[in-house]
Amino acid sequence: MLNLTPVRPALAIALLAVHSAAAPLSPSPQGAAAEAATVGKASIKIANFNFGPAALTVPAGTSITWTNNDDDAHSVVADDKAFRSAPLDTGESYSFTFAKAGTYGYHCGLHPQMHGKIIVTG
Amino acid sequence: MTKNTDHAPADAGRRDAMKCMAWAGAGVLWTISGGVASSVLATGADAAPRARGSLDFVQISDTHIGFDKAANPDTLGTLREAIAKIQALPVKPAFMIHTGDLTHLSKADEFDTVDQMLKAVNVPVFYTPGEHDTLDEGNGKLFLERYGKGTWGTGWRSFDVSGVHFIGLVNVVNLNPDGQGHLGPEQIAWLAKDVAHLSSSTPIVVYAHMPLFDAYVPWGWGTVDAQQALMPLRRFGSVTVLNGHIHQVISKVEGNLSFHTTRSTAYPQAAAGTPGASPGPLKVPADQLRHVLGVRDITRLHGRGALALVDQTLA
Repeated sequence: MLNLTPVRPALAIALLAVHSAAAPLSPSPQGAAAEAATVGKASIKIANFNFGPAALTVPAGTSITWTNNDDDAHSVVADDKAFRSAPLDTGESYSFTFAKAGTYGYHCGLHPQMHGKIIVTG
Repeated sequence: MTKNTDHAPADAGRRDAMKCMAWAGAGVLWTISGGVASSVLATGADAAPRARGSLDFVQISDTHIGFDKAANPDTLGTLREAIAKIQALPVKPAFMIHTGDLTHLSKADEFDTVDQMLKAVNVPVFYTPGEHDTLDEGNGKLFLERYGKGTWGTGWRSFDVSGVHFIGLVNVVNLNPDGQGHLGPEQIAWLAKDVAHLSSSTPIVVYAHMPLFDAYVPWGWGTVDAQQALMPLRRFGSVTVLNGHIHQVISKVEGNLSFHTTRSTAYPQAAAGTPGASPGPLKVPADQLRHVLGVRDITRLHGRGALALVDQTLA
């Protein structure tokens, strides 16, 4: 389920620091800048009206992909509205790259009782 | 606060509701059949006979057009059956209220299909959105373009028919991580003002998609600011609150307020809080599906405050 790229070159971290000053949160994959800063990947499964894992810790620059495995539609919306997916029907995915350290709470835009949290380490 | 007037087709609903009002007061032909008095609309030969002084309308909900998963691969078929049930009612309803989740994914063609199919009933339809109807990039812009004329804000409205004051609320837009539906301060202020001039004996019908009472909060089946919003309605003798969202009938009475959720025409959901279940589409044996889908017929007889609700399944 968790699919992290373990090694981050020091150069990538340096580039990331420069980049994150300009755009701390960029949508992915549309944001080309965010693509360049992506140093790893992780995935979260949406199943049985839960985000799994509900809390996930990743290094800065990680692109996270949510995939909906439920028969109902879900979405991924930052609690502070910094990112928002389109509705995800069964089998559909959404990715977002977390460029900057911090804790990012999010919820499902259709079922706001569904909560998740991404902890991004520097 | 702005009233929505742009980008919407002509609102036949409001016009026809006004016609119903006029009809309730005048223009009625009385007929006696088998000792029972009933009336027909003087100008509409096709109008069905109805009981004296009554108001009949229908609540339909959660049609979820676009959904095609295991819980019901044929939501068009079951909607067609629901429409047939409405057409077969002994009294033709004056209008219908759709309490949201018309569509499954807020797609234009899904809205088109619902619109076309419900036209078959040939009565005005008042729509309020569900969270599945506000998934477009504009957070409900598509819905408002279609059904927003004559409404305020994100689509709330009020109107009067046969002495009953109807209030359509919207509690599904920009849902917060607080885990339930919400109305917001602007709509709450509008509601207080909307009813301020009404006599306390005016029967009130409120409708919205998500329950305006705590049906089951761990599954988000409530509205976080409903108690505050409904405060100005507590002085009224009869307040009937109609909701959808949870795809099952639950009723609750709080003083003069009665709350009623209704069935979906698309798929059932688990009973509130069923251990191990989630509030998603529930697959039941095929021969059971029509026992858990349905529509609601609502009747008010003059001189009585309470409304009679008849929940009818598709079985």
